[in-house]
Amino acid sequence: MASLKEVRNRIVSVSSTQQITRAMKMVAAAKLRRAQDNIIQMRPYAQKLGEMLATVSSGSETGSDSPFGQTRSVEKVLLILVTSDRGLCGAFNTNVIKAAMAHIEANYADLARQGKVEVLAIGKKGAEGMTRRGFKVNAAYQGIFTQLSFVAVKEAAEAAMAMFANGQYDRVDLIFNEFKNVATQIIRTEQFLPIASDPANGQGGRPNINYTFEPDEEQIVNELIPKSLKIQLYRAVLESNASEHGARMTAMDKATDNAQELLKDLRLVYNRTRQAAITKEILEIVGGAEALA
Amino acid sequence: MNLEIITPDKKVFAGEANAVTFPGTEGQFQVLNNHAPLVSTLGVGDVVVEATPGAAKQVYRIDGGVVEVLKNKVLVLAEAII
Repeated sequence: MASLKEVRNRIVSVSSTQQITRAMKMVAAAKLRRAQDNIIQMRPYAQKLGEMLATVSSGSETGSDSPFGQTRSVEKVLLILVTSDRGLCGAFNTNVIKAAMAHIEANYADLARQGKVEVLAIGKKGAEGMTRRGFKVNAAYQGIFTQLSFVAVKEAAEAAMAMFANGQYDRVDLIFNEFKNVATQIIRTEQFLPIASDPANGQGGRPNINYTFEPDEEQIVNELIPKSLKIQLYRAVLESNASEHGARMTAMDKATDNAQELLKDLRLVYNRTRQAAITKEILEIVGGAEALA
Repeated sequence: MNLEIITPDKKVFAGEANAVTFPGTEGQFQVLNNHAPLVSTLGVGDVVVEATPGAAKQVYRIDGGVVEVLKNKVLVLAEAII
């Protein structure tokens, strides 16, 4: 049986670990709130932009001549992976990487063997994970989650869009965690470029209003399309950010519970050992006294 | 007329305005009450808001965007405020 001192040391170390996990859980909960607020803040912009795009493009056929609407035969693929910069959030990052591998296996198995599938990683973990699996990481954006803003994400979106427009890649896919609730994240795989079907499909447009267009409809549509692409990526990043904090919260909650259980067992062992030692001492004293009598 | 300036990060301005000047890609222009329906792209520049006639002007420097004017509702979607 372990000595008293050893058990006592373990109790101390487990309870300080528990304190850390509990603190991390609280921090994640606070950050989750902020992340959810960010999503809510972004919604009106995204919605109005969609409406505007629908309004403007309802009059004319759209997007066909936009550099982002061209469908080419797929020779080189870029995957945008949205993960987190930090660990200790359960299977959050592993899930994204797993989904990416499955996606590659299902759609681009041949291209991957020729090394024609590359990665743009938002978040450190995705970059590390994909490098380890032998994929070339074209660009990695780190630290954008600490001060999350549209401007930082815009840069990544513009980089991806430029690489698509100049023909470096023929297809760009986006993989991220969507926030459902604190405990559940849904892995989403979306086509980023070329633009999936006609964005004006929705009925959001207000037809039959005689707008004056400055400069003209086509140019406005060509301005709006990149904007809505950036918003698509921004949304993915925000969702992923909220998911990350949710995942970390649940992971740390479980860790705290586990530590509690471990402490319970350790205390039992400690008390048993202590009692055994006392009993032994009493027996020795009684034995000694009897020998003297 | 009602004016809203929105960026993906936050709502920058929401309220009544008398006159608003925009940095259109084709040149600067001003929108007053009862303007005809309009959609225009905006370049980098200042959106100048005059809440009431003669009131102090509020300036928002935007990094490109779009503006929609419809039935005295002016909606500015800006990428960022600089």
